[in-house]
Amino acid sequence: MSDLKFGSAFDYAPAPETTPVSMRKKYELFIDGEFVPPRAGKYFQSVNPATGKRHARIANGDASDVDAAVKSARRAYEKVWGPMAPAERGKYLFRIARLIQEKSRELAILESMDGGKPIKESRDVDLPLVAAHFFYYAGWADKLKYAFPGRTPEPIGVAGQIIPWNFPLLMAAWKIAPALACGNTVVLKPAETTSVTAMHLAEIFQEAGLPAGVVNIVTGAGETGHALVGHPGIDKIAFTGSTGVGKRIAKSVATSDKRLTLELGGKAANLVFEDAPMEQAVEGVINGIYFNQGHVCCAGSRLLIQESIHDEFVSRLERRIETLRVGDPLDKNTDIGAINSKAQLGRISELVGSGIEEGATLHESSCALPAEGFWFRPSFFTGVTSSHRVAREEIFGPVLSVLTFRTPAEAIARANDTCYGLSAGIWTDKGSKIFSMADQLKAGVIWANTFNKFDPTSPFGGFKESGFGREGGLQGLAPYLSF
Amino acid sequence: MSFTLQFPVPALDQVGVDERAAKFTSRSIKNEAKRVGLKMAVSMMDLTTLEGADSNGKVSYLCRKARQPMAERYDCPPCAAICVYPNQVAHAVTELEGSGIPVASVATGFPSGQYPLDIRLEDVKDAVNSGAAEIDMVISRGAFLEGDYARVSDEIAAVKQACGDAHLKVIFETGELQTYDNVRFVSQLAIEAGADFIKTSTGKVSPAATLPVTLILVETVRDHFLATGKKVGVKPAGGIRTAKEALQYLVMVKETIGDDWLTPDLFRFGASSLLGDVELQLAKLVDGNYQSADYFSKG
Repeated sequence: MSDLKFGSAFDYAPAPETTPVSMRKKYELFIDGEFVPPRAGKYFQSVNPATGKRHARIANGDASDVDAAVKSARRAYEKVWGPMAPAERGKYLFRIARLIQEKSRELAILESMDGGKPIKESRDVDLPLVAAHFFYYAGWADKLKYAFPGRTPEPIGVAGQIIPWNFPLLMAAWKIAPALACGNTVVLKPAETTSVTAMHLAEIFQEAGLPAGVVNIVTGAGETGHALVGHPGIDKIAFTGSTGVGKRIAKSVATSDKRLTLELGGKAANLVFEDAPMEQAVEGVINGIYFNQGHVCCAGSRLLIQESIHDEFVSRLERRIETLRVGDPLDKNTDIGAINSKAQLGRISELVGSGIEEGATLHESSCALPAEGFWFRPSFFTGVTSSHRVAREEIFGPVLSVLTFRTPAEAIARANDTCYGLSAGIWTDKGSKIFSMADQLKAGVIWANTFNKFDPTSPFGGFKESGFGREGGLQGLAPYLSF
Repeated sequence: MSFTLQFPVPALDQVGVDERAAKFTSRSIKNEAKRVGLKMAVSMMDLTTLEGADSNGKVSYLCRKARQPMAERYDCPPCAAICVYPNQVAHAVTELEGSGIPVASVATGFPSGQYPLDIRLEDVKDAVNSGAAEIDMVISRGAFLEGDYARVSDEIAAVKQACGDAHLKVIFETGELQTYDNVRFVSQLAIEAGADFIKTSTGKVSPAATLPVTLILVETVRDHFLATGKKVGVKPAGGIRTAKEALQYLVMVKETIGDDWLTPDLFRFGASSLLGDVELQLAKLVDGNYQSADYFSKG
């Protein structure tokens, strides 16, 4: 049997990103336009996941800090940001967007150092989208009446926003930009393991002259988020994260008059038909599951492949994962970086263990892994059925589950056989099939012959336990307005 | 005009092909990797002159350049071959005596191929008799676009026979075939008809070689190898002018088809002006700074 050799000929030399950045030793809270120490004086350690070593201390905000932040946001809403002419608010957002572009290299490097994602993704995907979101919503600030003809949109007040660790800056942008464009003020809580870049974003807010209190950032762990969700001065909660935490937030908010949007987990199906553009489908599946180490809520984590092409597709995947370069997130040639935290690595390992135990076959890249830090080889399971845990639970790592189907009807039934419904992919050369499949898939975002494409003008959000409410686009304005 | 390939060709999505090709351009090739890649590019280069004004004198210049592209201290390998019109083959063979560098000749009424088949075959035989070790033929694009695939296939087989021991490179002129589906189909057709190499372009039509089109050629060769074990070469030609672009092609080969194709036996660049920039870049790696282009002979 002839096979390809992916060896050492024309090996790439290390190509580390060398632009100097200033990671601080200590990060404070950002309240009322100032960097202030936490009232209780407590800090926690932030770790570089590629080395496992501590690299910064982060302020651990408690309920009193949250209270100060909410009060500051309320003052700013009532005195400054709420009454401000919408076109003026837009100017601030444009200014912020431009500053993000100017500092994008530094922010990308910090994002990779703190979160473990490869620099080529933080540089080419995250940061351009961060700036694009601010630009996009800046444009809406003075046109809200045109967005909702015949209605009178008004801001809601103070928004409490809790974001995850997989796209720290991008999720901050998704939350902050529409909230401010609609005239609200914000208290943001970044994820515990990825707080650094949010604080650099706060510096940009200062530099842009954003009035004090319009955006407040309180770092901390789960308790900090809990305090924010429970604070009576909050008018709206926007949360992106796990379905488990999302359900707890929904319960807690249910007894209040707070508005709520949730963007939660996913177990997206990527449907590949036998008439698909095969080579591009392989790339799409690879991008769908290994992008950002699989730490993507809309990751294409279930590959549903037509039985007739199963074996060929699997051998193509096996070959392709051998050419993925795993390692130093700051190397410009790295395709797959570090797993975000030790805890997440543990969760991935546990679920992969269950897949093996339940009889699925694990295929993994033969690549070497660095000795220190948190790493997982790009992998996929074959022989998976809808009853396997690896087909039902979100792994949130570089691990794909391969299932099969025989007919379009079975493909739909299997794709929808999940409690999630965030995204899906369809691969076929036949346009009519794309439309009939897309009609029947229960998912908020559906990609055809591509995957993981994002744009600020396009709404994003889930069906079923993947959450409710939309972010992005015109639809992303509505959750931050009352009529 | 019914015609079936032995191995059917898969569907292609143009957006996806372009996107994949663009990813190869974001690799960062530095230091030792750059040195290795640049020398490899020179060793894969079919140094080419294909002009009406070509004379023995012009070809002599080119042959000397191919033997030793750079001063000895740069440790630069010779080029893979010299590529000329049939009339210059005998002279090039004499000029390259003892160097081990083969002479490639375009033939079959290059670049249009719009001549009767017997004349095109005579063209091939004449070039081979003059000493050409490699023949770069053009397909009948008109016949292909008419849907007369059998004729295109039969002609390639006939040229292959006329080549004897000479290696056959089949030029598609992808700039005229235009769609990626056509490129994939003709690649498979040429391989099945007996091509030793498949080649994008004559260099006389724009666009000539592009990364996405060459990727389709490489993928076809890879899939055919996986199905049959047979190794066919790939030659992008025309339009590749900078060292950076050459390295992007090598990245694509390395990550798509692997180490076995990173050799002049299976991958070539058809280029007339690429060598100059590669020389500048190689010299920079050795000397630590860029030199004036005036220090390097133009060939």
